[in-house]
Amino acid sequence: MITESDIEHIAELADIGISKDEVPEFTTQFNAILDYFEVLDTVEGESAPDAGIVNVFRDDEPRPCLSQEKTLENAGSTENGFIKAPRVM
Amino acid sequence: MAGTLEFSPDDRYNAFITTCRQAPFSDGALAGTAVAVKDNISTKGIQTTCASKILEGYVPPYDAYVVELLRQAGAAIVGKTNMDEFGMGTTTETSAFGPTQNPADPSRVPGGSSGGSAAAVAAGLVPMALGTDTGGSIRCPAAFCGIVGLKPTYGRVSRYGLIAYANSLEQIGPMAQTVEDVSKLMSVIARYDPRDSTMIDRPYDHRPSAEIKGLRVGIPEEYFGEGVDPRVAESVRDAVGILEGLGAETVPVSIPGMRHALAAYYVICTSEASSNLARFDGVRYGPAVDTRKSWHEAYQDLRQELFGAEVRRRIMLGTFALSAGYAGKYYAKAQIARRNIREDFERAFCDADVIAGPTMPTTAFRLGERSDPISMYLSDILTAPANLAGIPAISVPCSTVDGLPVGLQIMGRQFEDERVVDAAFAYEQEVRA
Repeated sequence: MITESDIEHIAELADIGISKDEVPEFTTQFNAILDYFEVLDTVEGESAPDAGIVNVFRDDEPRPCLSQEKTLENAGSTENGFIKAPRVM
Repeated sequence: MAGTLEFSPDDRYNAFITTCRQAPFSDGALAGTAVAVKDNISTKGIQTTCASKILEGYVPPYDAYVVELLRQAGAAIVGKTNMDEFGMGTTTETSAFGPTQNPADPSRVPGGSSGGSAAAVAAGLVPMALGTDTGGSIRCPAAFCGIVGLKPTYGRVSRYGLIAYANSLEQIGPMAQTVEDVSKLMSVIARYDPRDSTMIDRPYDHRPSAEIKGLRVGIPEEYFGEGVDPRVAESVRDAVGILEGLGAETVPVSIPGMRHALAAYYVICTSEASSNLARFDGVRYGPAVDTRKSWHEAYQDLRQELFGAEVRRRIMLGTFALSAGYAGKYYAKAQIARRNIREDFERAFCDADVIAGPTMPTTAFRLGERSDPISMYLSDILTAPANLAGIPAISVPCSTVDGLPVGLQIMGRQFEDERVVDAAFAYEQEVRA
């Protein structure tokens, strides 16, 4: 069982704001979905890495990319060619 | 014949989020053909929102590779179609831009999440459209609206420029009125692109053939059982009978892993979504975050306000399924279930060349009918297995129940998209003749 305080904790981990009014409904829905997921307890088999699969790499060579101007075009808040974000500390 | 296409549709079903009144085009296989693009595929210079407020006003500075290929082939990109927010839904009702209506019956949903693309094609506003399919999002709306839609083999169409929801499951694919047009659009978009590292260089160059004599069609009992409307099952069985009449033979097959498919699918897609959607923070794109607030407070406030309830629910579910103490119970088990399902299909494809069943367990729901998440999730039961297995699957209209379209789903082996197209084409030619 997931409790209302679990829901608030998960929302915080995910950086999803949640209002007090929403918590009971989210909790009920979460529990209904997790009940459905219980069927996974009956899955048989071991996890094993896929055989014959290789990573796709390329050489680290400089290539043309979007200009600084283009890159900043959609940013809501910029300063001197940088993107502004909320303060961390 | 390069030029500009004038496009001002009567969008009475709310199929489009953005339309381009003047759509330029060049020479090529699709010269001057109006093509609509789902709004989670990046289009240079055209707003791309994923039907979410969190991307309102976002104008991509580059084209997705499929869009680049469309432009090179001469297509006119006439607009961006409505969808469930970030592809998370089966009805197109979770869009921040309001629901799309089903042209076959406007009191019904068009299906989702590529509901806008399906409605635009079904209403005759465009001959072709691109959708994306993570757990059925091309095939479901194709079935509900009575058009054709193909989910290609995983790795056959570049996802470069697709705004990611669940990378290991989703593919971009073609939607159209006819199998021939679906095949034509597929041959434009299925081209190798090194920028999508999950691609394999298997271009699609195929003209559909209606010759299916000797084709072995697998019939999985799980696709006709509990939860499937008997009238839908019956009309699909009739369609299979038509394939038999054309010289195909049917063989019973079984996908026992189906009982875990939906739970595995929802654990995997929400887990991937919780990571993918972390990038929407109002810093680089979308409505700006308040930079005066502290880091977490600013993000939480922005994401609460601008993500819809279903998106927030899925991000939270994925965060939970991956969290310490639960990842083994949910995520690791889901991956094993996924492998089992893939192996079930591999076994079935030893006896059968393609597998047929209904696309959806029911016909289109009424608008507002599926309001609780679980009942909506359950409707993906027949489509999600193909995404888990990475195999190609097409939905082709087969008949109607109470006047509402029913889709015949044909699945094939990995990289045998041509074969599922041929089987669908043979069926379509026979019933349209």
